[in-house]
Amino acid sequence: MTGLSTSVYNVEAVRAQFPILGVRVHNKPLNYLDNANTTQKPETVIEAISSFYRTFNSNIHRASHLLGELATNQYEGARKKVQHFLNAEQWEEIVFVRNATEGVNLVANSYGRQHIGEGDEVILTEMEHHANIVPWQMLCDQVGAVIKVIPVTSEGELDLSNLSDYFTPRTKLLGVVHMSNVLGTINPVEKIIEEAHAHGVPVLVDAAQSAYHMAIDVQAMGCDFLVFSGHKLYGPTGIGVLYARRSLLEEMPPWQGGGDMIESVTFARTTYNQVPYKFEAGTPHIAGAIGLGAAIDFIQDLGIANIQAHEHDLLQHGLKALTAVDGLTLIGNAAKRASVFSFTLDGVHPHDIGTFLDFDGIAIRTGQHCAHPLMQRFKVPATARASLGCYNTTDELDALAKSLTKIRETFV
Amino acid sequence: MNDDLRELYQEVILDHNKRPLNYGPLPDSNHDANGRNPLCGDHITLHVRVEDGRIADVSFEGEGCAISRASASMMTEAVKGRTVSEADTIFQQFHDLVTGTRELTAEELDGMGKLAVFAGVHDYPARVKCASLAWHTLNAAIAGSDQPVTTE
Repeated sequence: MTGLSTSVYNVEAVRAQFPILGVRVHNKPLNYLDNANTTQKPETVIEAISSFYRTFNSNIHRASHLLGELATNQYEGARKKVQHFLNAEQWEEIVFVRNATEGVNLVANSYGRQHIGEGDEVILTEMEHHANIVPWQMLCDQVGAVIKVIPVTSEGELDLSNLSDYFTPRTKLLGVVHMSNVLGTINPVEKIIEEAHAHGVPVLVDAAQSAYHMAIDVQAMGCDFLVFSGHKLYGPTGIGVLYARRSLLEEMPPWQGGGDMIESVTFARTTYNQVPYKFEAGTPHIAGAIGLGAAIDFIQDLGIANIQAHEHDLLQHGLKALTAVDGLTLIGNAAKRASVFSFTLDGVHPHDIGTFLDFDGIAIRTGQHCAHPLMQRFKVPATARASLGCYNTTDELDALAKSLTKIRETFV
Repeated sequence: MNDDLRELYQEVILDHNKRPLNYGPLPDSNHDANGRNPLCGDHITLHVRVEDGRIADVSFEGEGCAISRASASMMTEAVKGRTVSEADTIFQQFHDLVTGTRELTAEELDGMGKLAVFAGVHDYPARVKCASLAWHTLNAAIAGSDQPVTTE
């Protein structure tokens, strides 16, 4: 873990690095509280992408010129940054994909097709984002496997009281979200992984939400697969990461075929490139990977522990400010959580809340958050969600609470 | 409230949201349909009793934002007692109004009565689906479609 600095976290200095925080929305200063959806980008990330296209744009791994070498070095350099960011043992365990969703689809279509067959079982949780439900459902429908679901308690935590009962000799994989995009709950993935491994079952962790809030150490966690998206990590869209143990990657068949993922091709037979390249068919999102590298530098310069401490202060402040709003109900109350608030406001539909807040310059998300099963669990048709990042302030939370009070007066 | 926001959320819309008309079951309905807006989680059930080509009675149930609730409430008020073909004409005009497909004539706007307050919606593409959900569901109910209507 880096950056356990003794200096006070200077949120204004952090904000100054994000050009977009200077824009006005409906003639109000932007109050961006939609970070679980996507985060904003610091100047260094924007500059890294721009500099690639301006000064060394080239294809990687195949150009016989200086620019191609520069591009390859930066792209592979970004892979090593991801390796260190996740504390993976080897850079070969880092596969660049489009986003967390594509990472799950890759595992389902490669590892899944190889190991999951008729009558087999996949364990998921009721807290999953659709990205970690639908790819498994598609696979299970095709091969005749079944999904078992670990339920969520009314506090918004996973009910792990009889976790070992979910495993049978037919269990082939367990997928779990590290941090809920709806409730902010941080799940005890280490404990789940330990139990799964005791039954010989590999675990995929969806770290899309956790990766920008807390340090992730895949070796300490013990996961077999882990996915996240660059755009939630202050990086660009269109780039994401699949981490997988090297021994698994070596055994897994390629998913997509094309250039760069091969060793030799004849019409009789193709042999595949080594890992991770056999999973990266075609020209990848080179600028995206370089931008993601810059985003990781940004986070490590600030110090993920410092970000976490700042966001913990915001969480405490937000809980106090929001519970003081008349008619507001927070969904979920996990003991261990990050700075995400899902709520309903008595007498006001979330969609109307979203529109009214927008006119105050406040950006949140409303709806079902790609988590229909969780919405059904809490018996709400939709929620409003404010989700925070490294640049948010307590003043912004106070402004949110004030707007919500005003909105409710208009409707009730 | 900001003027642009007031243009979208007119007082009559807020009133119908708070106290919708014709809300609840309709035991002797002979045409029913479900509609939903998957993006925001709105869902509506529409009950209609058609007698001799006329909408004798109509009601709705469900959850939705103020725009969709008020639209459903005002729709039931507008079509009750009308013939099916008259209701369809109002639907076409309403559709043109909220999507901004064409300018309605002064006469048409006049004929729409209170429904004209939804004109503000066409500046907010994300809300057009909210305003039109009830109408699409009414269409499906009358057509006898048993497929749920979705705005996606």
